[in-house]
Amino acid sequence: MIVKDQLKTELSADGAPRETFVINLGPQHPATHGVLRVKMTMDGEYIVRAEPVCGYIHRMQEKMGENRTYAQFLPNTSRIDYLSAMTYTHGFVGAVERAAKLQVPPRAEYIRVITSELNRISSHLVWWGAFLMDLGGFTPMLYAFDDREKILDLLEGITGSRLTYSYYRIGGLYNDVDDTFINGTRAFVAQMRPRLKMYRDLVTDNIIFRKRLIDIGPISKEMCRKYGATGPVIRGSGVPYDVRRIEPYSVYSEFDFIIPTFEECDSMARYLVRMEEMAQSLRIIEQALDKLPAGPVMVEKVPRVLKLPAGDYCYAVEAARGRFSVRIVSDNKEIPYRVKLRTPSLSNLSLFEEASQGMLLPDALALMGSLDLVIPDIDR
Amino acid sequence: MSTSVPQPKVDGVQPATPPTAPKPAPAAPAKPAVAAGVQPPTPSQPAPPPAPPPPNPLAHLPLPFKGVDYAAKGFHCEATVSPDQVVVVAEMLDKEGLALDTITGVDWLAEGQMEVVYDFFHPAKALRVVVRTRIPRDNPEIPSIHKVFPGANWHERETHDFFGIRFLGHPNLTPFLLPEDADYHPLRKDYAA
Repeated sequence: MIVKDQLKTELSADGAPRETFVINLGPQHPATHGVLRVKMTMDGEYIVRAEPVCGYIHRMQEKMGENRTYAQFLPNTSRIDYLSAMTYTHGFVGAVERAAKLQVPPRAEYIRVITSELNRISSHLVWWGAFLMDLGGFTPMLYAFDDREKILDLLEGITGSRLTYSYYRIGGLYNDVDDTFINGTRAFVAQMRPRLKMYRDLVTDNIIFRKRLIDIGPISKEMCRKYGATGPVIRGSGVPYDVRRIEPYSVYSEFDFIIPTFEECDSMARYLVRMEEMAQSLRIIEQALDKLPAGPVMVEKVPRVLKLPAGDYCYAVEAARGRFSVRIVSDNKEIPYRVKLRTPSLSNLSLFEEASQGMLLPDALALMGSLDLVIPDIDR
Repeated sequence: MSTSVPQPKVDGVQPATPPTAPKPAPAAPAKPAVAAGVQPPTPSQPAPPPAPPPPNPLAHLPLPFKGVDYAAKGFHCEATVSPDQVVVVAEMLDKEGLALDTITGVDWLAEGQMEVVYDFFHPAKALRVVVRTRIPRDNPEIPSIHKVFPGANWHERETHDFFGIRFLGHPNLTPFLLPEDADYHPLRKDYAA
């Protein structure tokens, strides 16, 4: 929609009139994947300034954290980034377990890793399909959802839920996995490898696709650092920053996997990081299934009334979109004094205004898609 | 078609562990970490003698940083500074190569103070830094650090939304997540949910 009363005419350096106009991208637009609005000041097809306007689905999750107990807040953590709910719950229970000094049984930690990595693959698959749809290809979405369906079926079998799992509990897991899950996951890993190769033949090597992404939307290392961008965005700029490797949590230090990075800094680099990450997640899942120890999946005694010692506690995890960290401030009551949720999508989007300056509008949409935004993750 | 997919580079970064965590052994069958997890918590044992204070990775900076036990708290060092120091602190941490994680507040209603918390992380090594400062609750003003870290822009707007903390020198301190006409600050402790 063009806002007519915001048409402005000014003279450019050579004396010719230079008109800018404002376009509203969103808040309801297929390319913004949710209710994100971007106010774009355009000079013809070129962006003069693109200012994201956030908050359309803000739910004040952090205030909800201050008026219920730790266990009661747990389901909220699945509803921040609904595409990688497992990792977000992991961040929250991790912070509580750290403060309460709970030693989670190893079997529970291994199952957490398996389910988190399955969730990471399913999240990347949604991004892959949606990103390709942004760029004009409808078919890949159907393939992606076909594979994602298998993951959702597996996770539904053990958690009872297909999206907002709340599977991790303070001190362990909701329940143990069964043979159906273990055999199904092994079968999925075996099926997924050739699918990734097919994705590469079908899409990644496609020359039309590559020309839409190569050299589009460069984000430098320095820009990532100044804005706190993490996840595939910073790894697409050649920085091997991954919480699983830098600050190993859970049992991630026991697995052999690489942190894929690409030096090109463009949208293609971010695409390739996620595609390679899916293969690495499959490796982690396979190793975790091989090593899966026997034993309980829940700490023997979690106090029914959980009071954390006064102080503040942080816990960071590598979610599908980057670093998610939780800060709990406790004043030794049943209810947290403060719960801060640091989400990766907010920091990743905050560099969009600077990165998109002077870009063509369709290129900026390729850049935005390569950031893999989940809007409730920004708005919370 | 002559295009070829660039291969990912295997990063040279070794798994950096906090000082108290068991050393990771990616290739070898890992035993020690699992064994450590099996041990049940032993609250009944007498408290061990006080451990030496954890090392301070930012000891070379002229700031009151002190080391923190990562395993217990989730960050490596912290400092409490005065409100007018935050820009200088941000500049120093910027020179150290740290990235801005987030900015937030805590409302200490009983003490009549607002705490502003700045989180930083290092993109190449295990180093999480927390900087805190306190400002009076009835006049919550603090300089903005958006000139040092442009990413602070949104975090400061969010903190202004939730706590009413005014960041002086901020280019656009308008509601970010709250509605555009919002004149309330929901994370203040005297705001009833």
